[in-house]
Amino acid sequence: MNILSLAWKNLTSNALSMLLSLVLFALGVGLISLLLLLNKQVDEKFDKNLADIDLVIGAKGSPLQMILCNMYHIDAPTGNISIKAARPFMNPKHPLIKTAIPLSLGDSYKGYRVVGTTHELPDTLYNGVLAEGTLWKEDMEVTIGAAVAEDLNLKIGDTFFSSHGLVDDEMHIHDEGEHFKVVGLFAPGGTVLDQLILTTPQSIWKVHDHTEEPPPPLEGEDGHNHDHDHDHDHAGHDHSHDHDHSHDHGSTPPEERKELIDEVDKEITSLLIRYKSKTNWRALSLGRNINENTDMQAALPSYEMNRLFNMMGAGEQLLRMIAMIIFFVSGLSIFISLFKSLRERKNELALMRVMGASRAKLFSLVILEGLLLAVIGYCIGMVLSHIGMELLAGVMKDSYRYTFTGWTFMKEEIYLFFGALAIGFIAALIPAITASRTDISDTLLKG
Amino acid sequence: MLATKGLKYSYDSKVALDFPDIECQRGESWLLLGQSGSGKTTLLHVLGGLRTPQSGKVIIADTDLHKLSASKMDSFRGKNIGIIFQDAHFLKALTVEENLALAQQLAGHPVSKKRIKTLLDRLNIGDKLNSKTKELSQGEQQRVAIARALINKPAVILADEPTSALDDLNCNEVVKLLETQAKEENAVLLIVTHDGRLKDLFPNKIYLNDKK
Repeated sequence: MNILSLAWKNLTSNALSMLLSLVLFALGVGLISLLLLLNKQVDEKFDKNLADIDLVIGAKGSPLQMILCNMYHIDAPTGNISIKAARPFMNPKHPLIKTAIPLSLGDSYKGYRVVGTTHELPDTLYNGVLAEGTLWKEDMEVTIGAAVAEDLNLKIGDTFFSSHGLVDDEMHIHDEGEHFKVVGLFAPGGTVLDQLILTTPQSIWKVHDHTEEPPPPLEGEDGHNHDHDHDHDHAGHDHSHDHDHSHDHGSTPPEERKELIDEVDKEITSLLIRYKSKTNWRALSLGRNINENTDMQAALPSYEMNRLFNMMGAGEQLLRMIAMIIFFVSGLSIFISLFKSLRERKNELALMRVMGASRAKLFSLVILEGLLLAVIGYCIGMVLSHIGMELLAGVMKDSYRYTFTGWTFMKEEIYLFFGALAIGFIAALIPAITASRTDISDTLLKG
Repeated sequence: MLATKGLKYSYDSKVALDFPDIECQRGESWLLLGQSGSGKTTLLHVLGGLRTPQSGKVIIADTDLHKLSASKMDSFRGKNIGIIFQDAHFLKALTVEENLALAQQLAGHPVSKKRIKTLLDRLNIGDKLNSKTKELSQGEQQRVAIARALINKPAVILADEPTSALDDLNCNEVVKLLETQAKEENAVLLIVTHDGRLKDLFPNKIYLNDKK
C-alpha cells in the first residue's frame, strides 16, 4: 500500500465524479494531438511534393488551382496550353531553365490520375524508385505509384481502360481504343507519385483520338468555372505519331522532349519548371513575363502554397485555441473535482495524520492524484487522437487520394505529455496545500 | 507510561481549561470522566499531540511530546499513540486489511499481514479482512478502529467515547476487548467518556472539573 496505489484507489473509488474531468482532459489532449498530427502530415506532404519546382506554366485561370492540379493532383486543370506556345520553355538550350517537364492530364482510372509525362517526373522531381518492372517506354505503357497498385491491386502485365475526366466516372470509359498496360510499379515514396499512373503524353492524346464526339462536361469539376479544353479537340485530326512507335520514347529525356516539341498542333496541360539558378534575377521575372506577354500563366508554387496555408491558418488557429481552452477548462475541472473530493475526505486526511502521515505526505498524495488523472487523461486522449487521425486518413484518401496515417508518433506528443503533467500538477496544487494544512483536531471535532 | 504536568489549554482568552495532572503506568486502564464541555476531548487531543497546550507538558514513553517538531510529532504519534474516535473514521476507498496495512506503513513499520489477521481474529472480526469499511456494522467498525489503534503496539491508547454509538451488548463486548487487548500489548489505556455504563468497569478514574 504505497502512496501511489492509495492515490489510485482514492480515484477509482470516486470514479464517477472524476469522469467528467477525465473526459474533458482527454478531449483537450486529443484535440491538440490530432491537430499536431494533421498539421505535421499535411506539411510533410506539401513539402515533399514541392519537389523543388520553381515555376508552373499552364493555361490562364486561378494560379492556386493550377498548382494544386499539376503538383498536388487535387484540383482540376485550368485548361490546356498548346505545345507551340510552350515550345520555347521546353528548349533544352533555354538560358534560364534547367528542367521543363510536360504534364498531360485529363484521364483517370478509378479515381487515380493518368499523367502523360516524361521520365524526368519520377527521376528528377520525386526520386521515384521502381519496386518492380520498368518505366514506361511505349505509348499505352504505364508505371504506377505504390498507392495505386495497392488500392486497385494492379500488377505488372495488367491492363485497363482509362476514363475521361479526373473523377471516377464509369460513363466516360475509353473502352473502344487501346488499353493501358502496367509495365512497372514504384516503391512507396510518400510523395504524390504514389498515387499517379504515369505514361507518355502521346498515350493521353491517343485515347482521346478514338473519341469521336467531344465528351460532355465533367461532373465535379464544373463548379470551378473554367475552361475544359483539356478535352482535346484534336479528335479526328490526322495524327501521324503512331507511325514510329518502334523507336524508344523513354531513353533520354531531351529526345523525348524534342519529339513533343515537334507536335505543334497538340496540347499539354502544364510545364513544371526548374531554374538553372534560383537567384538569377531574370529567372525571377520569367513568370511575370509569361503572365504579361503570353496566353499562358505562370505561378510560383512556394508563393501560392504560402497563400493557401495563410488562408487555412486562420481556421487552424481557431481550432488550436478551442483545444487550448478545453485543455485549461479540463484543468479547472480537475481542480474542482479534487477539491470537492478532498472536502468529502477531510476526515480521512485527518485520520492519516493521526496514523502518522506528515503534512508532506498528504501534499504528495493529492498531487499524485492530480498527476494520475492527467496521465490517464493523456493516454485516453492519445488513443482518441490517433484513432481519429486514422479515420480522418480514410476520409482524406477517399477525397484526395492522399494517404495519411494515425499510426505515427511525434516528439511533440512527448511535450504534450509534460504539458498534461503540468496541468495536473497545477490543478492539484491548491487542493494539496489545503490538504496538508488540515487541522487534525478541528476536523475531527467537527466530525 | 503516560504523565502530564500542569496542562492548560484555552480556545480563546476567556475560557481556560485547567487539567489535573495524570500519571498512568503501562498495562493500566483509566477512565477520564466529566460533563460535556469539561474539555475531555480537548485533553485527549492534547495527549495525542493533535493540539498544543498553552502550558504544561505531556510525557509519553519518556518523550516530552510537545517539544517535538511537527514532522517528528507525526511519526511519534503513528508509532506510539493509538487513537480511537467516537465515530470510527476510515479510508473509504480501502478494505479493512488495507486500512490496517496503511496504519502500519504510515508509522514506518513494514506491513505484516499476519499481525493484521491475528489482531482481527482476536477481535472476532477475522472474516471481515477484505470488506470495505462502510459495509461493516457500527460494532464491527469500532472493533476495526480498535485493531487500528493496537496494530503498531503503541505505548498509549486514547479512546474518545468509543461506546457512545453502541448498544449495551456491543458496548460491553467492545470495552472488554479494548481492555484485554490493551493489557496484552502492555499499553496505557485511557478512555474518555461520559457513558455511565463504563463507570463500574474500571477502578482507575480521573474526574475533570466543570468550566471555571
